[in-house]
Amino acid sequence: MKFGLLHSRVRVEEKLLFEAFERRGIDFDLIDDQKLIFDISDLSHVADYAKYDVVVERCINHGRALYSLRILNDQGISTVNTAQVADTCGNKLQTTSALATAGVPQPRTLVAFTPESALEAIEQLGYPVVLKPAVGSWGRLLSKVNDRDAAEAILEHKDTLGSYHHSIFYIQEYVRKPLRDIRAFVVGDETICAIYRGSEHWITNTARGGKSSNCPVTPELNDICLRATRAVGGGVVAIDVFEDPDRGLLINEVNYTMEFRNSIAPTGVNIPDRMVDFAIKVARDGWAAANGWQNGSPLHQPVSLTAGVSA
Amino acid sequence: MALKKVTGTAECPECFAEIELKDVMQNEITQCPDCGADLEVVSIEPLELALAPEEEEDWGE
Repeated sequence: MKFGLLHSRVRVEEKLLFEAFERRGIDFDLIDDQKLIFDISDLSHVADYAKYDVVVERCINHGRALYSLRILNDQGISTVNTAQVADTCGNKLQTTSALATAGVPQPRTLVAFTPESALEAIEQLGYPVVLKPAVGSWGRLLSKVNDRDAAEAILEHKDTLGSYHHSIFYIQEYVRKPLRDIRAFVVGDETICAIYRGSEHWITNTARGGKSSNCPVTPELNDICLRATRAVGGGVVAIDVFEDPDRGLLINEVNYTMEFRNSIAPTGVNIPDRMVDFAIKVARDGWAAANGWQNGSPLHQPVSLTAGVSA
Repeated sequence: MALKKVTGTAECPECFAEIELKDVMQNEITQCPDCGADLEVVSIEPLELALAPEEEEDWGE
């Protein structure tokens, strides 16, 4: 069995994955996205990647990941995750739409395309609200908007100073969660572990200083996470979950190239080993079987809205 | 493939400290113990470090 590992830089996560591959005796090549050239007009060139039983994607840039996966999947090359999963999860608007289609509980979210309609949407939701870029992570450029004055200022700044991408206004209700949220790790058809991310700040990302501790995987947490995973197309994902005092668990975000360095110690679960197990299943049995799906396909085929993402 | 790992020293491009590196790989991210700069191993033969790039808009998990 031969794997390709598509990467940008070698972070802690990639080193742990290399070690997991080596422990299994899996032969693998590193594919550096900084040096990669795809001749997509010559399919015989792309077919060179057919020597891999599966390509595991670990890019830092969403655009590089999405387009590489698309090119590989179009030529029938198995990847973890798939282009469909990257497309859906890499864009919060598309994630929300996929979750809504599948009936998965999530915070109320409105989308608007002009500052005027965005202000109207914010007032419909009621203060505070959270404005998020549709593409981006690590809690960057999130805005908690507490009143109309702040809303007007932020909308004007986004419209004037941001790229067009920042004028796709993604407006989420502010969930009054406890001083923590949950990050759950799903591999195929199992929520393998979860952590609480505690913070005095409303942004709880560990990349922003949130502290992690073990969170037991209850049947309720497992159920909602598996439904969310299937809604975005399956695979290996990290899901951010809010605990709403009235509505219970709500899915906030689904991440498709997950970081896990802060989650192995508190959970005691060898996350990279489980990721490698999944990749082996994909290589051996195919995507649907690796995800435990009986009918062979995910629920939903989204339309890509990510053109111009890095403009 | 066998991963190529190298042990040696390289200069921090930010503060010019001589940094000891142990079993590092091409493209590995490390930090200068003196000035705290995030660095990338851009060459392993010879060992060479560069400042890791700033975050870009579509970076993330």
